Amino acid sequence: MYDANKIIPGLVIFVGLMTFPIWAGMGKAEPVPKPKIDTPVIKEMAEKHCVESKNYMADYHMQMLITWRDKALRDGKRIYVSSSGQKYNVSLQNTCMKCHSNKKEFCDKCHNYVGVKPYCWDCHIEPIEPKGNVL
Amino acid sequence: MGVMLSLIAVLVIVLVPLAGSQVSGLQYVFGVFFPYAGFAVLLAGFVFKVLNWAKSPVPFRIPTTAGQEFSLPWIKQAKLDNPSTTTGVIGRMAFEILAFRSLFRNTKAELRSGNLIYGPAKWLWLGALAFHWAFFIIAVRHLRLFVQPIPGWVEFLDKIDSIMQIGTPPVYITDVLLIGGVTFLLLRRLLIPRVRYISLPADYFPLFLILAIGTTGILMRFFIRTDIVAVKSLLVGLATFHPFIPKNVGAIFFIHATLVSVLMAYFPFSKLMHLGGIFLSPTRNLANNNRMVRHVNPWSYPVKVHTYDEYEDEFRDLMKGAGIPVERE
Repeated sequence: MYDANKIIPGLVIFVGLMTFPIWAGMGKAEPVPKPKIDTPVIKEMAEKHCVESKNYMADYHMQMLITWRDKALRDGKRIYVSSSGQKYNVSLQNTCMKCHSNKKEFCDKCHNYVGVKPYCWDCHIEPIEPKGNVL
Repeated sequence: MGVMLSLIAVLVIVLVPLAGSQVSGLQYVFGVFFPYAGFAVLLAGFVFKVLNWAKSPVPFRIPTTAGQEFSLPWIKQAKLDNPSTTTGVIGRMAFEILAFRSLFRNTKAELRSGNLIYGPAKWLWLGALAFHWAFFIIAVRHLRLFVQPIPGWVEFLDKIDSIMQIGTPPVYITDVLLIGGVTFLLLRRLLIPRVRYISLPADYFPLFLILAIGTTGILMRFFIRTDIVAVKSLLVGLATFHPFIPKNVGAIFFIHATLVSVLMAYFPFSKLMHLGGIFLSPTRNLANNNRMVRHVNPWSYPVKVHTYDEYEDEFRDLMKGAGIPVERE
């Protein structure tokens, strides 16, 4: 083998960089976050359901929210008819956050986990949460 | 023919996990077994390939001399294009790897009113550069789904890449560049007759494969969404060697993962190994210092010689007998 003094370190660096997720994640087993839905408003609901099904909301809520924004602010349409036929007021702060008043335990849990930083709160006012709820 | 063959191969790689992931037991194959196998083949194959290359001696200094070589003090040397020192070589390699400097010098020959004319051709350089950088940044960006907690620089990269804030989830600049770049490189092979003539299935297959990876990734982000938290828990499980298949992971993810696994396994045995090969290119990574340093051919072994003196010693009597003159009696 020729130029081993250059090739071996090069390969070590390559393998080291490629396996970064393995050694960066060692000994840091964090549980998969579960957004909390134990706010007072949700607790009082007889039948606990969101605007759409739980799975749909988990997958598509961001696209629904941006559609809501465009519909409400650009077209002035403030009524959303869900797939079950129920009508909702299109509003992040008055509809979504009424039930999910625990932003830190609900929104932020998953967003932080997957490294997503939505710009909702550039315009909207973040809900003020009681100190006890802060992580 | 090569086009159809490659296209069919990629379609099969899409359809198998699409059908297979509906069977609950098989999800483990597409979500855990294939990625592990692909990654292992990538690492082992890459190391094997490079070590194998390293066994080949480079008998001569063969750097391409694309500028004035080191000469008399009053002649200005092209230090990047004809380096004579290690520093110069590092500079040359850096430009080659990061900016595709030699591809930038690409020229095109054309017949114009009977005359053969050479002119610059930068589109290939631009398309290749956009595609390679986009692919690299996309790969690094995916670390947000493999590592927990997410390193700050990965989040920063993600933020810069989605800085246009188009839509929700925001469009990545690199996604556009990747699809644009691969499409350009593919169309170039398909539409230019001379390039098409020399294109083989081994050229089309990686292009279709990467196009499919990009397409499934974009579909998963914008159109056929799946639970990203579940996806991350799966990938962190892989990285921490606690593999499991969470619920709520759609078929689109298994298609994406299988395509990437195939790419990883295919990588070391294909032209894609130019990732490693660029570092081992003798025409780029050698200094042009032939006139300053003596380079011994590594396979020069001591040759057994039989000098005339020895010859005469051996055959002196016979030579004398035959009347042949000898130098020493």
